[in-house]
Amino acid sequence: MKPLQIKDKTFQSRLFLGTGKFGSPQLMQEALIHSETELVTVALKRIDINTKVDTTLQALQHPNWSLLPNTSGARNAAEAVLAAQLSREALETNWVKLEIHPDPKYLLPDPIETLKATEQLAKLGFVVLPYIHADPVLCKRLEEVGTAAVMPLGAPIGTNKGLRTIDFIEIIIENSKVPVIVDAGIGAPSDAAKAMEIGADAVLVNTAIAIAQDPIKMAQAFARAIEAGRMAFEAKLAPIQNSAYASSPLTSFLFD
Amino acid sequence: MSFKSVFEQYSWNEIQHRIYNTTQEQVVYSLGKKSKTLDDFLILLSPAAQSFLEPMAQLSQQLTQKRYGKTIQMYAPMYLSNECQNICTYCGFSLDNKIPRKTLNPFEIEKEIAFIKAQGYDHILLVSGEANYTVNIHYFEKAIRIIKLHFSTISIEVQPLTEEEYKQLHNLGVHAVLVYQETYHKEVYKKYHPKGKKSNFEFRLDTPDRIGKVGIHKIGLGVLLGLEDWRVDSFFNALHIDYLQKTYWQTKYSVSFPRLRPAEGVIEPNFVMEDKDLVQLICAYRIWNEELEISISTRESETFRNHIISLGVTSMSAGSKTNPGGYSMNEQALEQFEISDTRNTDTFKRQIEISGYEPVWKDWDSSFNTLSR
Repeated sequence: MKPLQIKDKTFQSRLFLGTGKFGSPQLMQEALIHSETELVTVALKRIDINTKVDTTLQALQHPNWSLLPNTSGARNAAEAVLAAQLSREALETNWVKLEIHPDPKYLLPDPIETLKATEQLAKLGFVVLPYIHADPVLCKRLEEVGTAAVMPLGAPIGTNKGLRTIDFIEIIIENSKVPVIVDAGIGAPSDAAKAMEIGADAVLVNTAIAIAQDPIKMAQAFARAIEAGRMAFEAKLAPIQNSAYASSPLTSFLFD
Repeated sequence: MSFKSVFEQYSWNEIQHRIYNTTQEQVVYSLGKKSKTLDDFLILLSPAAQSFLEPMAQLSQQLTQKRYGKTIQMYAPMYLSNECQNICTYCGFSLDNKIPRKTLNPFEIEKEIAFIKAQGYDHILLVSGEANYTVNIHYFEKAIRIIKLHFSTISIEVQPLTEEEYKQLHNLGVHAVLVYQETYHKEVYKKYHPKGKKSNFEFRLDTPDRIGKVGIHKIGLGVLLGLEDWRVDSFFNALHIDYLQKTYWQTKYSVSFPRLRPAEGVIEPNFVMEDKDLVQLICAYRIWNEELEISISTRESETFRNHIISLGVTSMSAGSKTNPGGYSMNEQALEQFEISDTRNTDTFKRQIEISGYEPVWKDWDSSFNTLSR
């Protein structure tokens, strides 16, 4: 499997994990280990940067894991930029998952504020991974202002509905110059495999693993699905045919 | 346009009639529907839905975990004052109750902070009675300036204020404002609140609109369960939330379930709400509204609280004191209501963990407050 390159980092695993929603820090830690992930998101609002003993942060100390702080809670570009700056200071990383969702009901990303914030953060030297709608035009606009990757949603966050936006994600993948990471909505390993088969560079999963009856086993299942999907993509899938080429009713007269 | 105009389109008796004439077939249909409306909420809190408590609980658990994971947000109340110029016939702080009154001074607030902080809390709920000459926006401002240095999330549950005052609270970094209508039955409301500013039903009814307009992050609603028919009152409370959610769409909403419990010199509940009723109500809220925050205080018993952790609740307090200075001072001013679950925070934290859930202490960063003005 080809490693994934995003800016200065190389990833062997194409599974990124969210860290909310787990029943305990221990369970989260074990699931992360078994997923073989190398990039884990953490919400700035969940960590206490003033104390040295934040339990979430402690549980995320692992040589294989890079932290990707997110700006969840920000309702506009100004709040998100400030949150990114604080997390850079606290976690010593210039990577940021940009999340701006002014709507607390479906947590849908605000494309206008996200574009603004991406531009500002890129200028400030951040590696920006914005969470966005599966909007191919927005992806190109984000590329122009210096985004490091794009993270289109497969379905509304937390719904486990799978790749509802697949037609748009395919267009994004076709046109993108930066890595495409499918974020939100991935409910089953088969969804993740599908995303990889169509050429997504990585997927980010949280709910589907965190609230599974056995999160550890589910983490392993996702790891394998992503590997299988990626291998299928690299092996180049045979095209889908509507019928076999058994006869040639239109052209056979040429050869009679 | 405010909630009042929506409210006036509904009649208490008609809603009550619909609730009590709901059939089991309607319940089955509602439970099976893909997305739920306020009509489904009405059906799910009906007596007909009582025999569906187990499937409702299972659905509620599933929906809550999907949205919130296996987590419980922790908060602690801090009573700033029990001074009150209202007569509320059910409340321990009522003006006609001859009890020692106390309002915390800055030094006492610091002492309470130290105690609450030491338990691990980062979310504090400030509570007071209604004493507009002494415990007003100026007092709150002074208190909040001290408190915000120690807590990421400040919620406040005090008398209804003006829009301008809510703007001040927002600018000070207050995250959430809680204000309960107590009952949506207008005539009965007047009986329970015969004197004081609180007797103005309409002013209270439009309070969440004033909070919503200034952009406060979260609004908490509730009714005092036991004053009137909880089913009808809860329908109106949900109607209120539904209206607010559509109007102030950037705001989060939470609902609390203050169930009438004995307090000194106070009436017995008019309508008794049993544990199974409260479970039904919590599940109905969750099934109707997946993102609603649901909060349970220490008014409820140990057993009830242990079981409710996994049934739809998202936020809980523990080790609470409901009198000003209750955490750190020996002098005991009278409490607003009697605590039923008296376990300390650490014991309750362990209970949450035993239930397979993670207690979450911090879920907001004060940095978000600095720019939201």
